[in-house]
Amino acid sequence: ITEVCGAKRVGYFGPAQFYIALKLIAAAQSGFPVRIESIKNELPLPRFMALKNDGEVRYGTPAELHGVKFQVPHATLEKNSYKRTDEGDKQEPKSPPMSPICSPPASPSTYQRIPLSYGYGKSRSGLEQQHGAPYEVRHPTHQQDGPSSGNYGAKPTLACSTLNRSLSVEREQQDSNTHYSDDPWRITEEQRDYYINQFRSLQPDLNSFISGSVAKNFFTKSKLPIPELSHIWELSDVDCDGALTLPEFCAAFHLVVARKNGYQLPETLPETLLPEYLQAASLKPMRDCALFDSYSEPLPGGQQTRDFSRTEKASAEEVPDNSALLQDAKKDDKKALKVSTALKMIPKEFQHLTVKTAAQESNALKARPRSRSYSSTSIEDAMKKGEEPPTPPPRPQKSHSRASSLDLNKIFQQNAQAVRSGWLPPPPPALPPRPSVSQTEQVSEVELHPQMNRPPSQAEENSSAKKEVVLAQPPSKPTRRKLRTEAQGLETPELSPTINVTSSLPAAKPHLPVQKQSSKQKRAIQTAIRKNKEANAVLARLNSELQQQLKEVHKERIALETQLEQLRPVTVL
Amino acid sequence: VLVSVICSPPQNYPLYIRSVPTENELKFHYTVHTSLDVVDEKISAMGKALVDQRELYLGLLYPTEDYKVYGYVTNSKVKFVMVVDSSNTALRDNEIRSMFRKLHNSYTDIMCNPFYNPGDRIHSRAFDNMVNSMMMQVC
Repeated sequence: ITEVCGAKRVGYFGPAQFYIALKLIAAAQSGFPVRIESIKNELPLPRFMALKNDGEVRYGTPAELHGVKFQVPHATLEKNSYKRTDEGDKQEPKSPPMSPICSPPASPSTYQRIPLSYGYGKSRSGLEQQHGAPYEVRHPTHQQDGPSSGNYGAKPTLACSTLNRSLSVEREQQDSNTHYSDDPWRITEEQRDYYINQFRSLQPDLNSFISGSVAKNFFTKSKLPIPELSHIWELSDVDCDGALTLPEFCAAFHLVVARKNGYQLPETLPETLLPEYLQAASLKPMRDCALFDSYSEPLPGGQQTRDFSRTEKASAEEVPDNSALLQDAKKDDKKALKVSTALKMIPKEFQHLTVKTAAQESNALKARPRSRSYSSTSIEDAMKKGEEPPTPPPRPQKSHSRASSLDLNKIFQQNAQAVRSGWLPPPPPALPPRPSVSQTEQVSEVELHPQMNRPPSQAEENSSAKKEVVLAQPPSKPTRRKLRTEAQGLETPELSPTINVTSSLPAAKPHLPVQKQSSKQKRAIQTAIRKNKEANAVLARLNSELQQQLKEVHKERIALETQLEQLRPVTVL
Repeated sequence: VLVSVICSPPQNYPLYIRSVPTENELKFHYTVHTSLDVVDEKISAMGKALVDQRELYLGLLYPTEDYKVYGYVTNSKVKFVMVVDSSNTALRDNEIRSMFRKLHNSYTDIMCNPFYNPGDRIHSRAFDNMVNSMMMQVC
């Protein structure tokens, strides 16, 4: 085997040779001939009888052989007893071993860990991948199960020494579970449970913070040097508020554990330790993705996709489910809260609207979306941001329906008197072509009028413009009224201030009393309002442009007229 | 050329010094040290109770022929001093202000770390990164 894998030739067991050797061992044990080709078969794990761990210990054979630096699972520290005498030199020439801080004694020479600077988790060359079915189950068939669970239970109450011991136990659990994800920065379920228990011991409310001093005392117990703890804090306190939320705490604890196990601390927080990631794997995929992009990742892209696929698996687990459910419940609460605040807003706004003039109305309406955001907490805002992108598509259809548009009509007809004339507000999104058409009609009407009416002088241009509009009003009234019945009567204060004619338009319209509305309708109303405001702005701009054109046309006409007058006497003469 | 220093009261010893490029560092250290007097003078001159952002920024402390020194003081009397090459005329006041603001923000982030004792030298990697990026931007 040594010869085949190339160790003899090279003179030592580099990673590649090591992997090949392991595979060959497995092959030989399963009865395949010892040749390079047999590596390609699906091989069971090689069994090393020399290792005694109060039980069976199996190694995974690496799946990837090339270019991958490997990290040995921590459990292999127990395998120090395994003497690789027959395989000659270890990988000393390859890389400096990282001696873990609380490692069991003896030589890590047999299994060395390549420093994380090479790439965290990337080098988890599937050593763990091929663990058998038992390893897929959370608790390994390790002997340490007994004492480990004992320790586990006793942890929350014990002091630092137990912390150390439990850390070592955790390490094994972490090791055996790292096969589940090649990433040492991923928090497994037991770890998460453990962290949550620890959090509870420090701060009973899981949704609140651990203050800096409390956390400092706690982490100092882990006997890491202060600069390292400081760095860990820097990494994990993402919002830099001097306190740790549950996910931040988990990340910090995880980093402490990793450091104690000998991993170097990363320069930036790995994606799997981000608070958002830890908090809601299922909740906000969009934001997570955005955040992942913003963080520099030590993991390569391939790893990332693998991690993502694993997160889905992970999210199927209980604890993340619980936390996710918790988050979902919170989110629903907040949504309900938001809706109820929105509901509360609306009656107030009705009062506003009935009293004010158009200008004030506009302000109130403008303020409505703003005050909505004021009334909600910042978390709600965040939740809303998450919610709003997905939900808008269904809403516009609601506003298409007659019922909701009628409701909106009811609302705004309270402002009916104060509503100025001017361009009609656009009907709900389904009907945009028509208002523009009607408005172009109106515009053309307006332009025709001056030519027909021959306004007296240039000085009265403005007033003539007004007049035109007034004149244009009656003919367009019927069209406008027709549109009005369908439209939501949003007044348009931004429209050209020159047009200050308040119309007596809606007097004829019935004043439907405002019925109690369902929250859905209100939401539809608000969206419709938003849309109307946008359309408003567009139309206002259009209006002003058209007014400009109108003025220019006026000027031209007047110039032509004066020219004509000048010329006429000549011809008469 | 850019040197930034953070000095803390009461003795005004530096918590953090970073300069780019790194030759002639001592000269800049000396300059910073002397400019601390100017800073103190300005602080005592202010004396009023109200301290807001604008007053935190002390502006050009002392222009010598080669370089300019800018100062900034926080509410807790932690002083930030920046020495900039005079040849770097592209640097406007706004940019200096924004640089000080960034320094201040990073400094408060460091303060939030419970493992940091005020008065220690600053070893934060995040802070280093920020300062480096700022300096690279200038030079």
